[in-house]
Amino acid sequence: MSSAQIEIQIIASLVAIACAIPGTFLVLRKMAMISDAISHSILPGIVIGFFITQDLNSPLLILLAAITGVITVVLVEYIQKTGLVKEDTAIGLVFPVLFSIGVIMIAKNANDIHLDIDAVLLGELAFAPFDRLLISGIDVGPKSLWIIGSILIITIALLFAFFKELKLSTFDKGLAASLGFSPVVIHYGLMTVSSITTVGAFDAVGAILVVALMIAPAAAAYLLTTNLKKMLILSIVFGVFSAISGYWFAHWLDASIAGSITTMLGLLFLMVYLFAPSKGIIAVIYREKQQRIEVSLLTFLLHLKNHDDQRERHVNHLNEHINWQKVRSKTVLELAMKNNMILINNNIVSLTPKGDKFTTQAIDYIITNEDAQIEGMKEDFFLFRG
Amino acid sequence: MDIQEYFSLVFTDYTLRTITLGTAILGAVTGMLGSFAVLRKQSLLGDAISHAALPGIAISFLITGAKDSNTLLLGALVSGLIGTFWIRSIITKTHLKSDTALGLILSLFFGFGMLLLTFIQKQPNANQAGLDKYLFGQAATLVESDVWMMAIVTGICLFVLLLFWKEFKILLFDKDYAKTLGFNTNAIDILITSFIVLAIVLGLQTVGVVLMSAMLLAPAAAARQWTNSLAKMVFLAALFGAFSGVFGTAISASQNNLSTGPVIVIVAAVFVFISFVFSPSRGLLFKQIRFIKNRRDLELHKTLAFMYHIAETHENISHPHEVKILNNFHGFTKGTLKKLVEKNYVTLQGSTWSLTNEGFQSASNLYNQLTKQDE
Repeated sequence: MSSAQIEIQIIASLVAIACAIPGTFLVLRKMAMISDAISHSILPGIVIGFFITQDLNSPLLILLAAITGVITVVLVEYIQKTGLVKEDTAIGLVFPVLFSIGVIMIAKNANDIHLDIDAVLLGELAFAPFDRLLISGIDVGPKSLWIIGSILIITIALLFAFFKELKLSTFDKGLAASLGFSPVVIHYGLMTVSSITTVGAFDAVGAILVVALMIAPAAAAYLLTTNLKKMLILSIVFGVFSAISGYWFAHWLDASIAGSITTMLGLLFLMVYLFAPSKGIIAVIYREKQQRIEVSLLTFLLHLKNHDDQRERHVNHLNEHINWQKVRSKTVLELAMKNNMILINNNIVSLTPKGDKFTTQAIDYIITNEDAQIEGMKEDFFLFRG
Repeated sequence: MDIQEYFSLVFTDYTLRTITLGTAILGAVTGMLGSFAVLRKQSLLGDAISHAALPGIAISFLITGAKDSNTLLLGALVSGLIGTFWIRSIITKTHLKSDTALGLILSLFFGFGMLLLTFIQKQPNANQAGLDKYLFGQAATLVESDVWMMAIVTGICLFVLLLFWKEFKILLFDKDYAKTLGFNTNAIDILITSFIVLAIVLGLQTVGVVLMSAMLLAPAAAARQWTNSLAKMVFLAALFGAFSGVFGTAISASQNNLSTGPVIVIVAAVFVFISFVFSPSRGLLFKQIRFIKNRRDLELHKTLAFMYHIAETHENISHPHEVKILNNFHGFTKGTLKKLVEKNYVTLQGSTWSLTNEGFQSASNLYNQLTKQDE
């Protein structure tokens, strides 16, 4: 590994961490699309800053772009407050307009400046190590490493300083306000940090990857845990893992690093989405199926309890009576047998004492409107689940 | 070329005519379908879909090796649909919220598309140049067959829209009711979403993935301000969309170095701005005027009511009272007093005022009317 390669991986990892922290809160606060809007609408800020300084790495550029980011948020909220359109429409209206203004500004001055929209949107991480920061003639490392490093340090410092406030205002705005933390200040603080992170990272990895790095690790982590600290750590781990594996994937494929990091993030999310225990899609579908059978079982037991008449309880009769297909009634019947809930004598189905007890309790819960309790009961009664 | 020249050339010049027609049709169809997206609170779905279409374009180029815009758009359609259904499944099957799902699919698909595009660029194939026009769009690359394609799709959209108008409408405003009536809401939902995807894919070549969402939203958001009827809104949105297309093309053609997509978006945004401010029933301007007028009426009523209560305690209702006893708290200003005099409710004599008979009557009716209105 050459030193440039190591530097690229360090920059990518730092960007991943710097994005994962605000990203976690954005996902939890249901504001993920705001990060997309910011990432597009900072363009005019960058362009104006570039006109003034003629330098893509100047701090003024970051400041101006961050201001544009906050302006986006303010505009979205203003339009939303007028009640003329919904929030998502407001977001969808604001950022394309700001982005268009940026594109037009670039196009009108295309002859004088070396600023490419592609570069803003996509970045080129491979070139990052070649732009060195020289302090009194001594090479201290790539510029973007310093930029993203300082942004990361500020973000982490803010995170530790305001963790309690952030947590509270994310999960219970009303309580936060009544305890005297202003949710507005925290809201705009988070927005400012997100804008600054987006700007600081765009030059290295591009605006779209910033969005991916903010949302995808946090979303994947959210499927695995419901603990905020664990979620933060997990999303940082996911981000760094995708950054490094994405780099090597791009190296192997000789394609855009930002694109391949996003692709790794996508694969990672897909894996979590499919296989996450309890919240992954497979677990969810399995659980839904199980619950469907168990509800059927309960219906079946209730039917048995309600009918003493032998004809109603005849095996052949059940099919047509409860209106189930053969396969389903067979599964339900077998499950009931396995759990010792029913007995079959001469093709007549009857409840065992255990089945009777279960059904009585279930009815109690149903008529007192505490259906949720039935779930806990299943633990006590069932030997086998559906 | 200035704008006048453009309009004189638009009927004769092949390129200009094609582009203008193309953007006008595109604006109309996106406006039409955008109305549904906006009303269904799926505004950002357009943004997600347009980004999600990118890998489809790249993959269909990789497979066919040709740049035929129809096959590329077919790829875009497929990948846009995959993105859409993935979004739906994330929202319904997990506890992730819709904004997270949208942002995820948008950025992940787009990043994957970029990976493929850069991969294609490295391939030794001279044919690959120009794929990135799908990023920001280039209306100038439209040819007549593209416009025909758009026209046909618009025709189909219109046909389906008219055919399933009732179903779409009921799904839009009361999904549960539609279900109880026995409509297959899932199928209708999929149908309308597919058409939205189709419209977005059509626009990719012209305005590009990044700005496509604005084409979908802006005309609809503008049209929403002028009417409460769905049919009128769809019609207006189509009209706004078409005009944005034509004006945008005109402006960008009359200037150097102006790409069409962003200009169309800005023109559409101007429509939105005008609608937000000047719409008679919902617009901010008239709302503010109504607000001020109401406040003034209220102040006037307050002063009158206060006077009424004083006059009530006297046998002669026209007994004069000092102006000084009125204060701001009772809604009194010099202006309101003057207005009351103008209405002949009050007469002024030096520093005293007295209620007229007419004023007394209307003040006592003031409350009657209010209570009547409340009932």
